[in-house]
Amino acid sequence: MKPVLKVEDLSVILNSKKSGKVLVENSDFEVYPGECLGILGESGSGKSMTVKSFLGLLDKQFTAKGSAWFEGKNLMQEGKESLRSIRGKEISMVLQNPMTCFDPLYRIGNQMSETFATHTKWSSKEIRENSMDILKRMHIRNPEEVLEKYPHQLSGGMLQRIMIGLAVSLKPKLLIADEPTTAIDSITQHEILNAFLEIKEQHNTAMIFISHDLGAISKVADKIIVMNKGQIVDRGDFHHILHHAKDSYTRLLIEKRNAVLNRYQKVLGGAV
Amino acid sequence: MKQYVIKRILTAIPLIIVISFVCFVFINLIPSNPAEVALRVRQVPIITEEAIAEVEAELGLDKPYFIRYITWLFDCLHGDFGISYVNPSRTVAGELARCLPATLQLAGASLVMVILLSIPIGFLCAVYKDGIFDKVMRGLVFITTAMPPYWVGLLLMWLVAIKLDLLPTSGNGSWQHLILPAFTVSLSYISTYIRLIRNNMLENMKQDYVLYANVRGLPQKQILIKHILKNSMHTCIVAIGMSIPQLISGTIVVENVFAWPGLGTLCISSIFNRDYPVIQTYVLLIGVLFVVFNLLFDILQTISDPRMRKEGM
Repeated sequence: MKPVLKVEDLSVILNSKKSGKVLVENSDFEVYPGECLGILGESGSGKSMTVKSFLGLLDKQFTAKGSAWFEGKNLMQEGKESLRSIRGKEISMVLQNPMTCFDPLYRIGNQMSETFATHTKWSSKEIRENSMDILKRMHIRNPEEVLEKYPHQLSGGMLQRIMIGLAVSLKPKLLIADEPTTAIDSITQHEILNAFLEIKEQHNTAMIFISHDLGAISKVADKIIVMNKGQIVDRGDFHHILHHAKDSYTRLLIEKRNAVLNRYQKVLGGAV
Repeated sequence: MKQYVIKRILTAIPLIIVISFVCFVFINLIPSNPAEVALRVRQVPIITEEAIAEVEAELGLDKPYFIRYITWLFDCLHGDFGISYVNPSRTVAGELARCLPATLQLAGASLVMVILLSIPIGFLCAVYKDGIFDKVMRGLVFITTAMPPYWVGLLLMWLVAIKLDLLPTSGNGSWQHLILPAFTVSLSYISTYIRLIRNNMLENMKQDYVLYANVRGLPQKQILIKHILKNSMHTCIVAIGMSIPQLISGTIVVENVFAWPGLGTLCISSIFNRDYPVIQTYVLLIGVLFVVFNLLFDILQTISDPRMRKEGM
């Protein structure tokens, strides 16, 4: 099977006058259809930077090197316009803070339809039907009303589901989720994770799931890579990471999680 | 919404009363007897005590302070702003009405220049941040904010009207007369708004909604104009609204430089002649304009921002 995305030797450098600071160093990974790759690491480890670099979303002060093969194209060599047409359609992304990701001055319906208008030739009627369809599939009640709402009138979980719905609506080959559960409460987190599982099962979409939360990653990811200070320090499935992690940083992450889990169980046990 | 508007209007009323009182008190604190000045302006050869007393009685200056204020305020509410001390055949309202159109014309032209120049320039500076255009504009903005308008006016007059002989130096009558004074008035506002819009746009560019718009693959032009510019303009609306009365009052100096027959010229000559009713009414008018425009643009901002517009209001 051919990978959907194959990243080779990817580095991101912060340009400064004295010397370039390397933020991501020689990253290598690949994602296959229907597979979910989890990228685990604490904030500042270069997880988001890695995916932003091959999508052309980095600021001017960063330089990216290496290659990222997608559909026979090296994304690192593609022009701005070509990357733009790939973003949102063939590779879509879900971001961390649903509350601030929508423009506060426009209704949800407007922001959904501008996305469709960019990538498709649909009529306004088709756009509306599709928008309604997305909201229904994401289990959002009163879709007609929600389309007329402004972002501040909806909850974080709802906006996050709209973002996920919008991300899968154009049947992308690759879906990237950048800390999609960090900014929302744990009950909503559970729903959001289920939404991702559903997508994986129904559409056979390749996925990259970025998180610092081992629990969240363990639920959706088939394969995990661990990043620390811009380098990939460990890779394997959840079982491997949990029991045979070679890197001391990975083990630290797991120990911390286990410590929290143990305490949680003790507290629960004490209550029963 | 309705309730909010009514509340805002009601709170503006006491503010206007306070403004009227302050402006009455301050102008009457000017240490010279308006009756005496009036006699001098009317070219009475010998000014006697009796003549002063007579004029004081004629102008109502012999009554107590507070009574004079109340009478004045009451008359103002009826649209009667009194008669000029200097020229009793003219009413203050008539004088102001005669000079207002010229000032409004000047302020209006300045406002149009401010909007037409500062928005596109600020926009381009933000889009091509640190490019040559941005650097040159930043230098110009720095220089023009530091230059006082009367000096700019004189410089422009010397360069454009005398050296290059492109436009008339002073007076009014055609649109050509309007260009130099309007540009002089608007220059410092243009600089301010270029900076404001540029910085607002740069601030907005860092927001998550811009990243998400990029993630969705929206075209750059659409992101810049539909999303970033609109969000940046939004915070500028109130500032621009507040500068309308500033533009009207700020024409005083420039009108005198360019001999523009508007409110500013009238105000300056009234100050020299101690023509209190005219000065009082002028100050009151500007004060009321500030309150009204502040109110208007506050309400406008509330209406245009969905976050401030509460449901069912």
